[in-house]
Amino acid sequence: MALLSKKDTNLILDPLADNNPITIQVLGICSALAITAELKASIVMALSVLFVLGLGNVVISLMRNIIPSKIRIIVQLVVVAALVIIVDQVLKAFAYELSKTLAVFVGLIITNCIIMGRFEAFALGNGVWRSFLDGIGNAAGYGIILIIVGFFRELLGSGTLLGFPVLGNPIEKTGLYSIGYENNGFMLLSPMALIVVGLLIWVQRSRNKALIEEN
Amino acid sequence: MNKESNIYTVLFACLMVIVVGSILAYLASALSAKIKENERFEKQQNILYAMGVNQNEDEGSVNFVPTDKVEQEFSTFITEQLVIEGDKITEDDQAYLIDIKKQLDAIKDGKTPKLPIFIGEKDGETFYIVPMYGKGLWDAIWGFMALDKNMTVQGVYFDHKAETPGLGANIKQRYFMDDFKGETILNGSRYTGIKVAKGNNDPVNTIKDDNEVDALAGATITGNGVSAMISKTVNLYKDYFESLRNKG
Repeated sequence: MALLSKKDTNLILDPLADNNPITIQVLGICSALAITAELKASIVMALSVLFVLGLGNVVISLMRNIIPSKIRIIVQLVVVAALVIIVDQVLKAFAYELSKTLAVFVGLIITNCIIMGRFEAFALGNGVWRSFLDGIGNAAGYGIILIIVGFFRELLGSGTLLGFPVLGNPIEKTGLYSIGYENNGFMLLSPMALIVVGLLIWVQRSRNKALIEEN
Repeated sequence: MNKESNIYTVLFACLMVIVVGSILAYLASALSAKIKENERFEKQQNILYAMGVNQNEDEGSVNFVPTDKVEQEFSTFITEQLVIEGDKITEDDQAYLIDIKKQLDAIKDGKTPKLPIFIGEKDGETFYIVPMYGKGLWDAIWGFMALDKNMTVQGVYFDHKAETPGLGANIKQRYFMDDFKGETILNGSRYTGIKVAKGNNDPVNTIKDDNEVDALAGATITGNGVSAMISKTVNLYKDYFESLRNKG
């Protein structure tokens, strides 16, 4: 028997492309704009969200039959906040360096609309295993976009990738810079992230016409 | 019991708060010793970094003394830890644990702050290292600055809580911190500090007596925060610095 049925596989694959949380549902834009100036930060954020969303979906799904619907949003907030704080504290004690890198993201993870959105739309009404897959899938779809945007912004904005200079040295004018290339400082500013995300949305919809909404 | 009744909702909320609260409280107290130790090591690493005791290669990234050696190195290189309280200067080997933020708050309340200063020796040179604390764009920034007795900067270390990655967060990059080396905090005989300046036509920072270093693109407010932090610190320690210079 296969580990994942076809339906289960779709839970993971759909959010990667045709139902991507950022480019199709336009959720989680705030953090996608804020932290994608560097590839490394994008990767860290993608992994953090993967962890929190996967685990959070499981917790919410386990509790779905006992959560009173009047306060379900508050319960969801408490679960995600508690998870993030637990991770933060454990990292602070056992992986201090990593925890410092993550410190900036703690607030952004808690308020990430994808997390609340998946809790509300999926985990509250589905079983544990399916919720877990849904969480992983959506976080991966979010992460992919973050990493693509981070890649272009760091490459074009700073001429580096993961902090390593790949286009030469802009001050000593080596590599590409020797023929007059300049870094585009605009790429480091948040509005350019919005434009890069917009371009991704354009590319995706022109490749798959079914995604274009009618109005 | 009816899941939608008010009683159930209130009970559920109470239970949830108790459970989550206890888990977090347990975790915080179980891990606090380890976390405190990490923070202590970090402070020692930062102080040593500012005076040039680090594992930096010629190019690239910031490399501290490893955590398992830092305590020993700290006691080797830092020869004296002083606390300046008004006119009184006392020695205190725990001075590095003083929370500079609390001392700055004390000034606002009109009290006399306890200002720590660390004296380090390396290769026959003496370094005077002062802690700094200020605000960036989103949250706190802090650091250490190592000076010689002529008030020339020998090294700095900056850190931040939540500056924007890729922009303000670059204050803790080597290339930014290395720029401060050799700059003076004196302008004539006035203590002006060092300004993070835009458009000073000196991007590689060859002019060392202009009290300016080149700013980071897209991080104006963080840069201004660094300038303000340095000038605030220099003002606090002015009297002590003056006595150092007069000693010759």
